[in-house]
Amino acid sequence: MSTAIPELSTFDEQDLDRAFAALTAEVREQAKSLRSDEAIEAFRLNWLGRKQGRLGQISAAWLKSAPVEAKKSLGIRFNALKALVEEQRAATGDADARTASTLDVTLPGTAHRIGVEHPLISTMAEIVSVFQRMGYSVGLGPEVETDFYNFESLNFPPNHPARDTQDTLVVAGQDAKPLRDRLLMRTHTSPVQIRTMLEQAPPLRIVIPGKVHRNDAADATHSPVFHQVEGLCVGTDITFSDLKGTLDHAMKAFFGSAVKTRFFPSFFPFTEPSADVQISCIFCGGKGCRKCKHSGWIELLGCGMVDPAVFEAVNQRRIELGRDPVYDTKKISGFAFGMGVDRITMMKYGISDIGLLYSGDMRFLEQFA
Amino acid sequence: MNILTKWLRSYLPELPVDDRQLAEDLTLRGIAVEGEFEASCGGKLYEMDITTNRVDAMNHYGVAREAAAIYGVPLKPLAAADPIAETQPGAGFPVRIEADDLCGRFTARIIRGVTVRPSTGLIAEYFTALSQKPISAPVDATNFGWLAMGQPTHAFDLDKIEGGIVVRRARAGEKLQLLDGTERTLVADDLVIADEKKALGLAGVMGGWDSRVTDETRNILVEAAWFDPATIRASSRRHLLHTDASHRFERGADFAIAPAANNLVTRLIIEQCGGDVTGPLVDVIIPALAAKTAARLPIKLSVTEVQRHLGTTLDGEGISAEIIERFLSALGCVLSRDAAANTWNVTLPSWRLDLEREIDLVEEVARVYGYNKFADTLPTFTGTVIELPHSSQESIIRETLRGIGFSEAISSTFVAEHEATAFGDAQSGVVAMGNPLSEEAGMLRPALTPGMATMLAHNLHRDVADVRLFELGTVFTGSTTQVQEATGLAIGITGASAATSLHSANDVLFYEMKGAIETLLAKFSGTVTFDAADLPTWIEPGRGARALLDGAPIAWFGELASAEAQRRKLRQTCVLAEVKAAILLTAKLRQPVSRDLSRFQAVQRDFSFVFADTVHWQQIASALNGLNIPELQRIAPVEIFRDPKGKAVAAGSYSLLTRVVFQSIDRTLTEEEIATWHERIVTALTTLGGTQRA
Repeated sequence: MSTAIPELSTFDEQDLDRAFAALTAEVREQAKSLRSDEAIEAFRLNWLGRKQGRLGQISAAWLKSAPVEAKKSLGIRFNALKALVEEQRAATGDADARTASTLDVTLPGTAHRIGVEHPLISTMAEIVSVFQRMGYSVGLGPEVETDFYNFESLNFPPNHPARDTQDTLVVAGQDAKPLRDRLLMRTHTSPVQIRTMLEQAPPLRIVIPGKVHRNDAADATHSPVFHQVEGLCVGTDITFSDLKGTLDHAMKAFFGSAVKTRFFPSFFPFTEPSADVQISCIFCGGKGCRKCKHSGWIELLGCGMVDPAVFEAVNQRRIELGRDPVYDTKKISGFAFGMGVDRITMMKYGISDIGLLYSGDMRFLEQFA
Repeated sequence: MNILTKWLRSYLPELPVDDRQLAEDLTLRGIAVEGEFEASCGGKLYEMDITTNRVDAMNHYGVAREAAAIYGVPLKPLAAADPIAETQPGAGFPVRIEADDLCGRFTARIIRGVTVRPSTGLIAEYFTALSQKPISAPVDATNFGWLAMGQPTHAFDLDKIEGGIVVRRARAGEKLQLLDGTERTLVADDLVIADEKKALGLAGVMGGWDSRVTDETRNILVEAAWFDPATIRASSRRHLLHTDASHRFERGADFAIAPAANNLVTRLIIEQCGGDVTGPLVDVIIPALAAKTAARLPIKLSVTEVQRHLGTTLDGEGISAEIIERFLSALGCVLSRDAAANTWNVTLPSWRLDLEREIDLVEEVARVYGYNKFADTLPTFTGTVIELPHSSQESIIRETLRGIGFSEAISSTFVAEHEATAFGDAQSGVVAMGNPLSEEAGMLRPALTPGMATMLAHNLHRDVADVRLFELGTVFTGSTTQVQEATGLAIGITGASAATSLHSANDVLFYEMKGAIETLLAKFSGTVTFDAADLPTWIEPGRGARALLDGAPIAWFGELASAEAQRRKLRQTCVLAEVKAAILLTAKLRQPVSRDLSRFQAVQRDFSFVFADTVHWQQIASALNGLNIPELQRIAPVEIFRDPKGKAVAAGSYSLLTRVVFQSIDRTLTEEEIATWHERIVTALTTLGGTQRA
């Protein structure tokens, strides 16, 4: 290693720069070969050693002899050089680290755990927000309902098959109660329509997300627990074409503007006319593929115009509660729609077994991170 | 049910479309063709999915009627159902309707001198195409009858009937062997076709074994009747017998069609098996039930009401009076128009019991017109949008927990009884299900922790050892009389625990949970404290804690009790939390307030003391806070050491490294004042019983 201290002819800026540039280059050059403890020690002694250390020599030779006006500028450069030396020495670390001084950038980074939004919850929130943007308020209701809210007020006749315990999960010990007061697990989110109309006068628009239950044996596409989003729009002169336009708009907002809708007659006790809605297949654009069973269409929604019998049931109940029967079927009309969130989620993400949604399986959930 | 287009077309000579287009047009009108297959008799076989309210379309003539309405083409009358003259004189068969509230009509006719043989010709051809099992010509004729026109009929061996027909309620405990060979014990709510001595068949569901037509049968009684839908449905369910007949009767058969169906079946039997129509067709009608069905009063329909409900059409013309008249007439309604009022009196077809009100006719118009010919319009809205009061709290709970690495899960709403007992709160009560999905799902969950334990077990049993989950959902308390619902929150942790300088490997999961709860509760305003009082039994004794928000308990957490862990075969520690999320949903969110940051240097000092195990961190922290040094910015435990051998640190005590940070907002701290504070801290810790380590 060099031990020579270059002569400084003058202390002007240019000379100082030149001298320190040479020293800096020398430090960097020597630092490249610091691969052993001996080399590091030699480097240390060469620059920082108490007796032969060159920094000390530079300090002695230059700083002392420098004219007062050059001392500050020299000092700054000296300190920078000293910092560089110490930095290079510190960077060597211990012997183990030196042998692996280059990074294996192909090694995986540190695994950070982030919590995952449940795909059902996120899908449900997305659907709800589409309708919120269209001026719908959010409505919620209880999961344990009475027969009145779940069936009677929604125009289900007393002996309708849905009321059967084969289809509906019921709370124990209800037999002594009048039918309308019997407690059951709501089979759809529609009771919230009734609850809302009892509380609010038209016009109203609500979107109702929620959990529902049916007495279904679990298989790949059925779960006794599942989720729906329901909507209700009531006012004067609400028409079937409004229902069509609203759902067409909502489906385009949710699935993209290229999606088309088509409506089929269907049957629900609480709507008339009733319709099933299909959207053009989101996977093949309507050309036909395995996912749409080569039809180009996917069935997604049930909907219809609110059956006047539902308004009448609401009016009747409003009178019982001491409220005005404001849902005059001669003036008021409305539409309702509902969709299965589980099915939409499964379709969206290609989930083949509904049970995964209710398993808490980390391997399943972390796919949605 | 299945439909043959060849058969359909026999009623629609002028049908202008091919089978493909017909399927599409029917489907778009709610008569859904789910599948199309080549039929062995020629044409297509449609696999239909017809909604339960449209029993009238669950047969070939009914579907043909829909097609006639859609295309505006004529529907051929059912010639085979025309009246038949008797070929042998005789008396009508005696029929008595005893249960005149349940049976509205009963037709009966005698055919004598038949030779029972297999069906030939069109019946055989159609049955092969439909995979309808051929039995014998008379039985096939009855099946052909409902396939053609929807009316179930029955053929009895006349010689097995003793006396006349009686339609009556069954006698409780009465035995009847049915066509499927099983013997059924009837109840008084069942309706039977009987003779003077015995029940012959379960009305509307299945005929009887003893009176069935066999190869030896020579004389036949053909029955076509109308039964009360609810009664047939109840019998069908009670005896777990879902038949083609019960499917139709329980949805409401055509009251007017019974004689025509009887004619059709009679005609087919004579064609296939010979024999004589003996005597007249007996037709007993109960007027009270006729009035509820075939003879219903006309209903009023107005053009404006149709337009008010349906709105704008794509062609901009809207639904006109002409359109309404055309479609409803084609469906079998008879319309008499009051031009001045722009209304009609509409007489309803006997086969459409689903039509009862004006709105039903509005739907029929929209349906046959075609839903997709209506425009897409958006309604104007003047109401207000109401935000859910607690939606931000709910989002904060979810976001916070996800932010610290917990994934959201959803578990079953139901738990086993032993879980409800172990995890629920006896005082709040639990709610039992009347028809549970299984024994393991007999109760509504009173807490979310059992479901969380199940989900942790699900993962552990699949070799997923590292789990962080939460669930936000409804919990149910109260009783079967009155159920209370509240939002609950469960958090579950298992696996991936490494000891820290502060927490031993055994305890680290507990402290991770405590940290999660602290982080969550810090989002809300209020003072959070912890204690170990009144812990539920699902927490292992000594291994749990309780969090309180402003003094009120809000969360219970700790290691799952070993009994529960064993029951679930959990071989690693699981820490669970049950949080009363309902309280948080209505709690005030903490409003962050910014404060000035000091520009002056912070000074850190460490204190190493040995304390008895009975001295808890909370005492140490409050002792130091009690010194009232404004510059004391932070106090934190950074290292705890216990020596299992009791050498370095005596048993029953622990060494604690406490780190404090001093900083002033307005000045650099002097050595002197730091030294003073240092001294006071040492004194305070010594007063607590601590011994300063060298």
